Amino acid sequence: MISEIRQILKEHGRLASDATTLADDADLYQAGMTSHASVNVMLALEAQFDVEFPDAMLKRGVFSSISTIREALETLTQGR
Amino acid sequence: MQVSEVGKAMERFGERYLRRLFTDAELSYCLENTAVAPSRLAARFAAKEAALKVLRLTDQSFSWRAIEVARNPGGWCYLVLHGPMRFLAEQAGFVAFSLSMSHEGAYAQAVVVGQRRKTHADPTPKPTVTS
Repeated sequence: MISEIRQILKEHGRLASDATTLADDADLYQAGMTSHASVNVMLALEAQFDVEFPDAMLKRGVFSSISTIREALETLTQGR
Repeated sequence: MQVSEVGKAMERFGERYLRRLFTDAELSYCLENTAVAPSRLAARFAAKEAALKVLRLTDQSFSWRAIEVARNPGGWCYLVLHGPMRFLAEQAGFVAFSLSMSHEGAYAQAVVVGQRRKTHADPTPKPTVTS
């Protein structure tokens, strides 16, 4: 899951740092991700993992690091 | 806000992108002219982002559609907050918002000013005096 998240961040996150080597807990916003890029990342994650982020999960913290994105995806895919 | 970023997202994600960010009324106006649609949408996204910064949401959940850029017949635009977003703004003491948007060429921008009544929970910081 982590490698897929990194690939999506690389393609859509507009990060100043290399998404493939970024620490799991590194702040993505500090790494250059804009609000608009975070929307692109969310939509790409939804397509990749066949999930939909509900409004309740649309908060800055959910998309702030690779770890928090993974936690959110694990919640959404739980029970599959 | 780079207009091209909106155009790329529309191509990549299509309807899903549009529906997650914009209300029916916003889409109706912005998409009526395909030549300027990305510019109009980019200006609206910039307005929504500026409003979020004025509201200073830390980690509350939100929907981009809950911040709407409405347009009166004269062409002036203003912000309308819906549902929980409106509640959060009221709770924070906001009584009015002013909005200015523009777009030209590759960029769109928006400025939002919030008018707020003084609250005990968040007093106005004293100015810092430096010599």
